[in-house]
Amino acid sequence: MSITVSLQVNGRNVSETLEPQTLLVDFLRNHLRLTGTHVGCDTSQCGACVVHVDGLAVKSCTLLAAQAHGTQVTTIEGLETEGRLHPVQEAFRSEHGLQCGFCTPGMIMSAVALLRRNPTPTEAQVREGLEGNICRCTGYHNIVKAILTASTHMPAQSAQASRS
Amino acid sequence: MKPAAFDYHRADNLQHACELLSSSGDDSKILAGGQTLIAMMNFRLARPKVLIDVSNIADGNQVLDEDGGIRIRATTVQRFVENSESVQQRFPLLCHAIEHVAHFQIRNKGTIGGNLVNADPASELPAMSLAFDAEFDIISVAGRRTVSASEFFVTYYTTVVAPNEVLSSIRFAEPPKNSGWGFHEVARRAGDYALAGSSAIVTLDAAGKCTRARIALFGVAATPVRATAAEDVLIGEAYSEDLLKASARSVQSILDPESDVHVTADYRRSVAEVLTVRALNDAFRRAKAVQ
Repeated sequence: MSITVSLQVNGRNVSETLEPQTLLVDFLRNHLRLTGTHVGCDTSQCGACVVHVDGLAVKSCTLLAAQAHGTQVTTIEGLETEGRLHPVQEAFRSEHGLQCGFCTPGMIMSAVALLRRNPTPTEAQVREGLEGNICRCTGYHNIVKAILTASTHMPAQSAQASRS
Repeated sequence: MKPAAFDYHRADNLQHACELLSSSGDDSKILAGGQTLIAMMNFRLARPKVLIDVSNIADGNQVLDEDGGIRIRATTVQRFVENSESVQQRFPLLCHAIEHVAHFQIRNKGTIGGNLVNADPASELPAMSLAFDAEFDIISVAGRRTVSASEFFVTYYTTVVAPNEVLSSIRFAEPPKNSGWGFHEVARRAGDYALAGSSAIVTLDAAGKCTRARIALFGVAATPVRATAAEDVLIGEAYSEDLLKASARSVQSILDPESDVHVTADYRRSVAEVLTVRALNDAFRRAKAVQ
């Protein structure tokens, strides 16, 4: 069986014929070659695959591409504007919020959702907001620092409170 | 491909899902959020032949205020319920419990109905359905029936929902005024299923005596457990440490937990008692505060 899935990815309209068992993360990586989104555990434990679907952070390894039909998906590649890094990406760079980098895309997508909901989080709130993301280098200290730094640099528009 | 091949149907609404279920054979499954099912399919522990997707039906997220309770549409994602002001005000225990379900990214997709029908006894929501005297509205092409929480759970991952039926909504009854709540669980990591957990709601009269109690446990048996014997110990009594201990002690005797790779059955039984004391302590404290 094959099905047609139409959605918007990073602002671009995409329509593809797929086998229904195609996971959203595989659709993004293998069909669209958006390999910034990583697959860690395949069971929604690790958070490396976090993307936004209609503005909400979700784990794309436990979502069928078919379930994203008709939605707007944002991946790590969709965060920059006109070649400028998103403030959270910039803060991960400046604060060295990564070691091997495998968890980074998911960490950043979760952090963007966290800051949308709560533009000025405390350190404890940041740590709590990252409970769905695992860094096997255990580089949490700088990740938290990066998100706190980003929270002071977010333009008003992207820091707009929402319930993601 | 991680999951085995299956046929996929997108349902327009729950009635449509019932029609698709009745025409597609016994090996078909409803796909709600998929936050357990897809993970199981990735491991090929589940290999349904047909998936009927209700994850994007119109008005899928619905929390309706009713007299004496709330009705939550089965397809409502957990995060939506957690963020509902009405639930926060009227059912703070339910909100608190949902915050313990997995991670927020999973709750953005995982549904209330999916969690309940999956019936993992270590999950928080099945126990909540017992604590709030929930009623389950179940539909099929043949009609509709209502089942109470005390009858809904059969054993591990098994409910009374038949292969041709769909859970449509769940009604949670609001506890009386002058009630307080408590909730405690032990899990190895934030977001993990509980190794054991206990929740309590107590209602006090003007003299501080308990007139009504609910104690619901999870992670301690093949289904969530309502500890009515422990509740009975409290009725007509005012708060004392000994009372709470006596109530919680009676929890131990009714539990039948399993040992697994994480902890022993004895550990679960013992922790369930301790957590029940803590949940009752919080519940009495909160009930006194609203008096």
